[in-house]
Amino acid sequence: MAGVLKTSPAGAAARNGRRSGQGRETLVRLVLVRLAASAGVLWGAVTVTFVLLQVMPGSTADVLLARSSVGPEVRAGIIAEYGLDDPLPVQYLTYLGRIVRGELGESYVLRRPVWDEIAAQFPGTLLLVATTLLATVVASVVLGVVSANRRAWVRSLFASAESLVVALPPFWLGLLLLTVFSFTLHWFPAIGSSSPAGLVLPTAALAAGPAAVVAGVLREGLLRAMDEPFVVTARARGIGEAALRLRHVLRHALLPVTTLLGWIAGSLIGGAVIIEIVFSRQGIGRLALSAVTNKDMPMVIAVVLVTAVAFVLVTIAVDILTWVIDPRTRDAGR
Amino acid sequence: MPRSLWPWTAVLVVLAVMAAVPSLFTGIDPDAADLNALLHPPSAGHWLGTDQNGRDLYARIVYGARPSLLIGTGAVLLALAAGVVIGVAAAQLGRVADQVLSRSLDVVLSVPGLLLVFLVVAVLGPGSGTAAVGLAVVSMPGFARVARSEVIRLRSAQYVEAAHGFGWSRAQVVARHVLPNAAGPVLALATVSLGAMIVASSSLSFVGLGPRPPTAEWGAMLSDSREFLALAWWPAVFPGVAITVAVLAVTFVGQHLNRRVEGRLS
Amino acid sequence: MTPAGRGPLVAVRDLTVRFPTRHGVVEAVRGVSFRVERGQVVAIVGESGSGKSVTARGLVGLTGEGARVGAAELTFDGVDLRQVRGRAWRALRGRRVGFVLQDALGSLDPLRRVGAEVAEPLRAHRIVPGRQVDAEVVRLLGEAGIPAPESRARQYPHQLSGGLRQRALIASALAARPDLLIADEPTTALDATVQRQVLALLRERVDDGTAVLLISHDLGVVAEIADHVYVMKDGRFVEDGPAAAVLESPSHPYTKTLVGAVAWHGRAARPGRASPAGPEDVGPGNAGTAREVLRAEGLVKRYTLPGRGEFTAVEDVSVTVRAGETLGVVGESGSGKTTLGRLLMGLLEPDAGRVLLDGRPWDGLRGPARRAARRGVQMIYQHPLSSFDPRYTARQILEEPLRADRAPREERDRRVALLLEHVGLAPDVLDRRARELSGGQRQRLAIARALAPGPQVIVCDEPVSALDASIQAQVLDVLADVQERLGVAYVFVSHDLAVIRRLSHRVMVMKDGRVVESGEMEKVFDHPEHPYTKALIDAVPRFASRFRRVSRGAGVTGA
Repeated sequence: MAGVLKTSPAGAAARNGRRSGQGRETLVRLVLVRLAASAGVLWGAVTVTFVLLQVMPGSTADVLLARSSVGPEVRAGIIAEYGLDDPLPVQYLTYLGRIVRGELGESYVLRRPVWDEIAAQFPGTLLLVATTLLATVVASVVLGVVSANRRAWVRSLFASAESLVVALPPFWLGLLLLTVFSFTLHWFPAIGSSSPAGLVLPTAALAAGPAAVVAGVLREGLLRAMDEPFVVTARARGIGEAALRLRHVLRHALLPVTTLLGWIAGSLIGGAVIIEIVFSRQGIGRLALSAVTNKDMPMVIAVVLVTAVAFVLVTIAVDILTWVIDPRTRDAGR
Repeated sequence: MPRSLWPWTAVLVVLAVMAAVPSLFTGIDPDAADLNALLHPPSAGHWLGTDQNGRDLYARIVYGARPSLLIGTGAVLLALAAGVVIGVAAAQLGRVADQVLSRSLDVVLSVPGLLLVFLVVAVLGPGSGTAAVGLAVVSMPGFARVARSEVIRLRSAQYVEAAHGFGWSRAQVVARHVLPNAAGPVLALATVSLGAMIVASSSLSFVGLGPRPPTAEWGAMLSDSREFLALAWWPAVFPGVAITVAVLAVTFVGQHLNRRVEGRLS
Repeated sequence: MTPAGRGPLVAVRDLTVRFPTRHGVVEAVRGVSFRVERGQVVAIVGESGSGKSVTARGLVGLTGEGARVGAAELTFDGVDLRQVRGRAWRALRGRRVGFVLQDALGSLDPLRRVGAEVAEPLRAHRIVPGRQVDAEVVRLLGEAGIPAPESRARQYPHQLSGGLRQRALIASALAARPDLLIADEPTTALDATVQRQVLALLRERVDDGTAVLLISHDLGVVAEIADHVYVMKDGRFVEDGPAAAVLESPSHPYTKTLVGAVAWHGRAARPGRASPAGPEDVGPGNAGTAREVLRAEGLVKRYTLPGRGEFTAVEDVSVTVRAGETLGVVGESGSGKTTLGRLLMGLLEPDAGRVLLDGRPWDGLRGPARRAARRGVQMIYQHPLSSFDPRYTARQILEEPLRADRAPREERDRRVALLLEHVGLAPDVLDRRARELSGGQRQRLAIARALAPGPQVIVCDEPVSALDASIQAQVLDVLADVQERLGVAYVFVSHDLAVIRRLSHRVMVMKDGRVVESGEMEKVFDHPEHPYTKALIDAVPRFASRFRRVSRGAGVTGA
C-alpha cells in the first residue's frame, strides 16, 4: 500500500503552492463577479431615481428646487446642468454621467452642495453603526455561548427574553434609556451630545434587538452543530470539549450568523436614522428626515444612493467572509 | 394550542376588537383636551394619566389601536399580494422574465429599508397610506423570493410529478398541490413580518411620517412625549407598552402557527 | 488492572442502555453480553432501531446526553469502563478504541481539510512530534489506499468521492493505532465495488492485529469479514455464534428472515419467476406471446453542465417490456438508470429516440390524450414520503388518482378497499398521514397508489433500498403478488443485484449511460459476458452456499 507513495516532498510542496494560488484566484473572481453584479444593481437604483424625478408632479427643475425661492439665473443653471431641455434619453445619459462622476448636485433648500453635507454627516452615523455592530457581536456571542449549554428551561427563558427585546421598538427603548439613565440617574448626557459617553445609550438602544436575534440564531446553530455526526467522530478521537467547541462547533454556528450580521449591518444604517432623531444626534438620519419633509429631492436621492453603496459593500464583505469560513461555497463559483 | 399561548391569543382578539370598535372600551373622547389636566399622572379619572394637551392617554391608546395596527397589517397584505404575484411570475414565465424580475428585486433590496420608505414618502408625501405603501415596497422582495423558490421547489417535487402521472392538467396540479403547499412558508413569512411592520410603522409615525395629527397613533404619541420627558414618564411609557404587547402577541401566536405548519410538512 | 495481552479485549455482561424521554423510559439495549478477542472481527447485526449502534457507543461512553448505562461487567483490556469518567475517557477514545461512523460526509467536519481531521487524534494523543504530524497524515492516508495522499490531505471532504471519504475516516480512526476499531455501518451508501475495497482495507487492519467490532444491517458485509456474529433485535441478542454457522444455518426465525431476504444462491426466492409468456419468449428474435406494453428505441439524453460541457446521461438505450413481466435495470450511482426511468414515463423528453406506450409514441401525444396516456405508466420512488403530498392522509393519497378519473364516491371507496387488500394494508391506515406510517407501510401505500390508475407498467426506482432487509423482503413479495394478480409490468431500477435477481425476468446492465449487457435474468447472472457485469456480480457479498472471505488487498487501490 505504501508503494502508492511516490511523490517527493518537493513535489508535494509545489502542488500545495499551486492549490492555494488557485484559491486566491477564485476569490479574486468571486469579488469581481460580485462587484459587477453590484454595479448593475446600483445602476438600477440610479435609474429608478431618474424615473422618480420624471414622474413627480411639476417640471423636473421645480422638483429639484423643492419650492425654494431662487432667482431665474439659478433655475437656468439647473436646466443647463441637468440638460433638462434635451430629449429624455440624452437627459438620462447626462444624469447617469453626473452620478458616476460623483456630482450629486446642490441642495437648494440648504443652499449648499449635497456632497459637502453628506461628508459632514456620514462619519457620525458610521461611528454609531460601528459601535452598534461591535456591541451586537460581543453581546450575542456571550449570550449565545452561555445559553447554549444549559438546561431546556434556561434556554427557553433566554428565548423569551430575546422575543421581548426584539418586540421593543428601538426608538421607545431609546426613550426609556433616556428617562432612566439621563433624566433620573444622570449617568449619561441627555441629548445632542457628541462625546463618547453620549454614544453609549444610542448604541444600547440600537444594538439590543439585533443582539437578541443573533444570540438566538447562534444558540440554535451551536445546538444543531452539537448534534452533527462529525461531533461524535471528533469526540471519539479523544479530544477535549473546549477543543471540540473551538475547532468544530463554533465555526458551523457562525455560518448563519455571518449572513445575518451582513443583513443587520445594512439595516442598521436605516435604524440609525430613527435613533439619531431620538437622541438628537448629528448624522445622516436627521439629514434624510429633513430632506424628506422638505421634499429636497437632490438630497434624498443622494442619501439613498450613498447608503445603497455602503449596503452593497457590506454584502460583498459578507460573501468574502463566508468564502473564508465555508470551503463548500468555494467550488460553487467555479 | 398550548395553554401558555391563550393569554396572547386573547390579547390579539382584544386588540382586533379595539381597532374595530374602540368605543366599546372607553367613553372618553381621545381628542378632547382638558386644559385643567395637563400631564396629570395616572389616577382614577385618567387611568393612564393625560398628555401635554390634557387628553386622556387611555382613550388615545384605545383609539390609537386602529391606525397603529392598520398600517403594519396593510403593508404586510400589500407586500404579500404583490410579492406572490411577482414571485410566481418569475418562477413560471421563463428565464428572461425570471432574470428581469429577480434583478429588479435586487435593486429594491440594495437600499436599506427605512431609507427606501423615505424615498417613497418624499415622492408621495407623508400619510398613513404612503407609510403602508412604503413599508410594503420594502418587504415585498422577501415574499417574492419565498414564493418563487417555493414554486420552483414544488414544481420538481416528487408528489407533484406523481400527480401529473394521474392525468391532471397542469392547472389542476398547481391548484391541488403547488399553491396549498407553497402557502405555508409564505404565510409564515407574513406572520414574522407583521410584528416587524408594526414596529416599523410606529417608527415612521414617531418621526412624523405617519398619520397626520391629531390622530392618536402610538408612535406619534411617544414622539410627543419626548419634550416632556423630564416632567412626566407616563406618556413615554404606556404607548410603548401597547406596541410591545401587540408585537409580542403577533410574534408568539405567529411562531406557534409556523411550527404547526412546519410540523405538518416535515 | 490486568496486564495487557491477557483476557478478552472487550468483555460485556448484561449491558443495558436507557433513555428517559417525555413519554417514559425507552430501553434501547436490554441486557446484552458479548466478548471481543484480540485480532477478532465481531459483528452485531440488526435492523434500524435494534439498539446495535447504542451498544457500540456504550463502549466509548458516547451514548449521548441523558443515557443511563448499566452493566454487570463492562471492561476494555481489563479496564472497568463503568468507573471511567471525563479525562480518562478521552485517553481511551481515539488512542485505544477507534470509531468509524456511517456517512463519511457528515462524520468528517465539512469545514476542515481532510488532513486536519486525520491529524486530530495524532495531536490529541501526541502520537508523533508536532513537526512530523503532516508527514504521518500523508502516510496514513496512503496506507488507507488513497491515491496522491498529499493533495487529498489538503482537500475538503465534499471534494472527495464517497469511497475516498470513507477511507479517510478509517485512516483517522486508525491514526493512533488503536487495539479496537468500532465500525458502525462502514460501507452503507457505497456502491458495491467501492464497498468491497473498503472491506478489504478493514480486513488488512485485522490481519495486522486490530480487533474490529462491526455494526451492520447488511448480512453480506458481515459474511465477508466477521468471525463471530451477534444478531440483535429490539435491544436483545436473539442468536450468536461463529459467522459461518449463523449465516449458513440460522436457528432463530428472525435470523432466518434476514438471511432469506438477501439469499443469493440456490433457488430464486419466489418460484415461477420465469417470463409469463414462457422461457422461449425472452431470447432475441422470438415473437412474444405476451403483449408488448412499453418500447423504447435508441434513447439519448444529454445535459449541459455549466463550464464542463455536455454530459450524456443515457446513450442509445432500447427497451422492450411485455405485459406481466419485470425488466431489471442494474447499475451503480451515475449509470443513468434513473434518467432512463424518467424518460420511459414521459417526464423527460429524449434528445433522440422515442418511447412507445402500447404502440403509441409519447411525442405524438398532446394535451388530454397525453394526460390520459400518463395513467398507463406509474412510478414508485425510493423515498415514498417525498412522493406524497405532506398534507394528505392515506385515504386522500389513494383517492387522488381515482378523482382524476372522475370516479364516483362509492366506486372510489370500493377501489380504495381493493387497493389496500392488494398490498396487504389494514383499513385503519386510511386516516393517518404518511409520516405516521412505518417505512414498509409507506412503500405499500406507494404501490397501492401506483396501481390506482390501472397502469400497464410501473417504473420502480430503487423502491426498497431505503428499507431494512426483512421489510425489503415483504415489499418485494407484495410487488410479486400484485404482478401475478394484475399482470402489470415492472421496470425495476436498482443498484442491488440481490433485489434485482429476486424479482426480474429479464435484466439490463447499465454503465455510464449505456447498456453493456442484457438478457434473461438467469443467463446474465449465472453466465455474465461483459467484464463490468462480471465485476458487479463478483462484488456482491454472498454466503449461502460457501463461506468466502475477501482476500487480502483485493482491489484496494483506486476508488
